[in-house]
This record gives sequence, structure tokens and C-alpha cells, in this order.
Amino acid sequence: MSQSAKALIVASAVAAALTAQTTSASAAGKEKCYGVALAGENGCSAGPGTSCAGTSHVDYQGNAWSLVDGGTCETIVLPSAADGTARTGSKTVLTRDIPA
Amino acid sequence: MIVDQSEFADALLNPDIAAPNGLVDPNGRPAGKRFDVHRNNVIFSLINAMQIAFPVVRKILGDNFFKAISATYVRNCPPKSPILMVYGEDFPAFLSEAQQTQHLPYLGDVARLELARRRSYHAADIPAIATEKLAYLSPEKLLKIKLTLSPMMQIVASDYPILSIWQMNMVQDFPQIDALGEVVMISRPGLDVEMHKLDAPTHVFLTQLKGKSLGDAYDAAVDIDMGFDLTQAIGLLLSQNIITKIIS
Amino acid sequence: MSDHNIPCCAGVGYKARHLDNILNAPSSIGWLEIHAENYMGEGGRPIAQLKRLREIFPISCHGVGLSIGGEGPLDTDHLARLKHLVDWLNPGLFSEHLAWSTHEGHFLNDLLPVPYTRNVMNRVVDHIQQVQDTIDRQMLLENPSTYCTFEQSDMSEVDFLTEVANRSGCGLLLDINNVFVSAINQKFNPKDYIDTYPLHLISEVHLGGHEEDIDDYGDRLLIDNHARQVVDPVWELYKYTLKQSGPRPTLIEWDNNIPAWDVLAHEAKQANIILAKTTSMAAQ
Repeated sequence: MSQSAKALIVASAVAAALTAQTTSASAAGKEKCYGVALAGENGCSAGPGTSCAGTSHVDYQGNAWSLVDGGTCETIVLPSAADGTARTGSKTVLTRDIPA
Repeated sequence: MIVDQSEFADALLNPDIAAPNGLVDPNGRPAGKRFDVHRNNVIFSLINAMQIAFPVVRKILGDNFFKAISATYVRNCPPKSPILMVYGEDFPAFLSEAQQTQHLPYLGDVARLELARRRSYHAADIPAIATEKLAYLSPEKLLKIKLTLSPMMQIVASDYPILSIWQMNMVQDFPQIDALGEVVMISRPGLDVEMHKLDAPTHVFLTQLKGKSLGDAYDAAVDIDMGFDLTQAIGLLLSQNIITKIIS
Repeated sequence: MSDHNIPCCAGVGYKARHLDNILNAPSSIGWLEIHAENYMGEGGRPIAQLKRLREIFPISCHGVGLSIGGEGPLDTDHLARLKHLVDWLNPGLFSEHLAWSTHEGHFLNDLLPVPYTRNVMNRVVDHIQQVQDTIDRQMLLENPSTYCTFEQSDMSEVDFLTEVANRSGCGLLLDINNVFVSAINQKFNPKDYIDTYPLHLISEVHLGGHEEDIDDYGDRLLIDNHARQVVDPVWELYKYTLKQSGPRPTLIEWDNNIPAWDVLAHEAKQANIILAKTTSMAAQ
């Protein structure tokens, strides 16, 4: 592709993006400026914070693995991989995924 | 008996070690459960930090499993900084290597996505360029400019449908996953984090923009896929306030 | 911009979930306290919120991560972050804890106790002076809640704090719930603690809730978890203290099981009632 042809393609794409931008700008402003977050979406984005308080929950011995639990891994079904096998996170598939 | 902080810290993180000698109750008896208060504070607060930091990994694993794996993580990789908002940086690698999560090969990448969201959330507030600045450049000049991209933009690429998995866990009634690998661009046009799925050429384009000229980044994207939509890619950068500087 | 000085009334520990309540009724609270470490990110919502709040309220800054009592040197990166925050925020007060939390580069996220000895005192004084030199202002040092006793301690907590304050030039933050928790746990009379405490050095008071437990021997063991209302004996101890010290800016801390705003505001109101009585008594 010639440099000038490429320059024109890029320039027209940028121009089109700029036009689309100005027309959609007025649709923005949905966000709460200072408030906690968009409901249900972003609640955990901030991540953990610090505290100067202790806890009365006893947890430090919690060392044992407990694989039996109701996580959503049981329901995540990934599309068939190249070999045609369905892949899920469930433990039945686990036996197939891990080489013996 | 003199208790030093090394001895104290070792016993805090290892419940199999007895409370240090020299720590007592007011009657001079061994501290026992009184020391356990500190053990609880450390482990409980850091597991709690992990629960807040990785809500989707937690949902995928379920509460008990997540707690158990977090406890192991916390003991092996305690925070290196008092700023907990960035805690868990090694968790994706930890999950990828942990024997107990090998049956969930996507888990490390989901954790990576959650980390990237937090980085974006707390990234520096750098104002985006006034969009007209791009309009005034000649076509020849446009090819040569380099763009500085805001640190709130993060990209996480995975062989697994990590965005769909994230949404399945966080958005109500999200339909069944039908994608294989997904590349996610995380951005924060204002104060709220957003995620956008990128196609392969756009992924290449954004990656190349870090360091290469606009023209070269375009070339690289077209090399991957002739159908690359530059208008849409530039539109995404502009609408998400990602371009912070034009270097000509 | 609001006056930076912390007024002699009740404030609360700021939680993001209360932001709307606070902005909708700013007159319901006199001042806010933030945890320094939660505002050490580079930008985004937390910083934006704090910039907004400081326009309306006096802000006090409370550090939880300096590890003043640590055996190792202070983390200079962390000190630099603190300086940056204090420089732009210009808080009315800055306070930290008589405790350690970082050891050999690991942050343990708890306020861990120190023995009360000369050696430890020298270290704490040095660290406080380093902090005050770095941020170019006085800091306040807060008394801890303690659960264990160190056999090696050879002086009282009050003597330790008094001498640290005199030598370092720091002020004091008296956490009255911590006094009560430690008094039950260590079997001393909390009023004796107040009677010997250098009340003139107090620039701020903390109040918070604790939980009841028992130790291995069946003795009461109180845990400072900031997860509920201030209990009556702590309110009594607060009144007892203010009678001698006069009114002081008072913070309600509530960090776990965070309640609805009204519940927290009610606690602050209780403190304000007691403060007002103290002030009118002092005026007579």
C-alpha cells in the first residue's frame, strides 16, 4: 500500500471516529461523580482497604482444603475445544483434564 | 523471656507453632488464646481482603474453597505493602500453579482480569487530549504521530473466555458462554471501570501503539486481519479518554 | 475550602458507603477521619471522593501502616507516600499507633503489641521524630488495645507513652475503648490509667465498640473489633476523662459490620451531648 493511500485511509478513519465521538458525547454523563459505583457492576473494583480494628472471628486454623462447595465452576461450560470435548469446571471433567 | 518480632511474626503465620514464651496473661500464665487474637486478626483480615479483591474467583470456587486457598496464599505471600488495594499481585500465578485448581485452567486469567480492574480503578487521573487535536493533523502527519495511552487502560488476553466468565458471575441472567479465548480492554473513562472485548487486530493495534507510530500500529493490525476497523478502534480510544498525549 | 482544624465535637470514621448520606446532610457531622493507606492510590474514585469531602469537612488522617513500633527501619517509600498525601490533603490532625505491623518487608495487617522497655522506647521516639520530620508536622500517638503481656516489660503503658511524647514532641490520641479493653484484659482499673495519663497532651479521643470473649482460663477477654456500638462502661470512662481533660475532638470508629448512617450518626450525637455538658461545666 502506498504511503499516501494509507495516510488517507487513516485520516478518514480518524475523522469518522471524531464525528461519531461528538455526536455521542451528549449521551455520556451517566456516571455518579463521587458516589460508590455503578450499581451491581463495580462494587468491588476498589479492592480491599485497611482497618485498625481486630476481629472476633476465629479463622486462623482454617487450613484444610474443602473442594466440595457450591462454586459457579460447576456451571461454567466452555465451548467445545478443538478436540471436540466439552470443557467444564466440574469435577467430573476434572478427571479427564488431568493426565493420570 | 524476651520475645522478638521475628519470633512473634513466625508464630502469627504458623498456627502449628506455640505462642512465644514470654507472652503471658496478667497472672503470668502462657498467653495461649490471647496470642490467637492476633493470629485471627492477621489471617481473617487478609482472607477478607482477598474476598474483596477477587469476587469472581471467589464465586467460581465457592466460599469455603476460596477461603482455604486464600489462607494458603496469605501465609505464603503476605502483603509486601501496607496498601491493601494492590494486594494479591501474585495470586494469578499462585492459582495457575496450585495443584488444587488445575481443573480450572481459566482461573489464573480471571484473577488477572480482577487485578487489572483494580489497577485501572486506582490509576492516576491523567486528562485525555482534546479530541480536536487529532482533527488538525494532516494525513501524512497522522501516520507518524505516537500516542501516549492512559495507565488506566489495561489489557488482559486469555485463551479462555474470561470476560464472559466474569459477566456470567457478576451480571444477572448472563447467557451461556460461547466464546473461546477473549482479549479484554479495561478502561476507566471517569471513575467507573468498564470492560470491552477486543478483536485480534484491535488487540495488536493497541499493543503496538505503545511505542510505535499510528501508521505502524495500523500496518501491524491490518497484517493480522485486512478487515481491521480503525474507525472503531480510534473511537474506543477517544470515548474511553485513553489518549493522554500526542507526540509528533 | 473548609477550615482544616478539627473542631471540638464528634466526628466519624469515613466509609464510602455513607458518602451520599454525608453529602445530603453535611450538618449531621462535624468532621471525618480517613485511613491514610486507603488514599495512597494514584487516582480514581477514592481520591476524587476525598477531594470533594475536604471542601466541606475538616479531615483528620489516621495511619495504620507505618509500623512505628517495628524493630526494623521505617519503610521510606511508605513515608514518602504519606508525605504526598498529607501535603495535598493538609489534614487537621495526623495520628498513628503505638504498634508494629511490618516485619522484614511483610505487612501483617494487625496492630501488634510492643513491650514497654527503654530499648523499645528509644526506637519508637526515633521513628516518631523521623515521621514528624518527613511530614513536617506533629503526629499523635494512639494507645493500643492489648491482649497479651510481655514478661520483659519494665514500665507501665502510661509511663511509656508520657515519656515518648515528651521526648519526641508528639501529641497523644487517647482511645478510651482501647483503655477499657486493655484494662479488662490486663486486670487494671481503667480510671487509674486515666488518672495518671498526661491528659494535657490529648489532641483527639477515639471511641469504638468491642466484643466479649473469654481466654483459656475463663477470664474475660475483650476484642477491639469496632463492629458495634460503644458500650456503657466506655461512655462512663469517656465522661470521667473529659471531666478532667475538658472537651476534646472525639471520633466514633466503626470498621466492621458497618451500620446504616443513622446508627453511626446517633453514636456521634451521644458523644456531642457529653461534650456539650463538659463544655458548659468548664464554663461555669
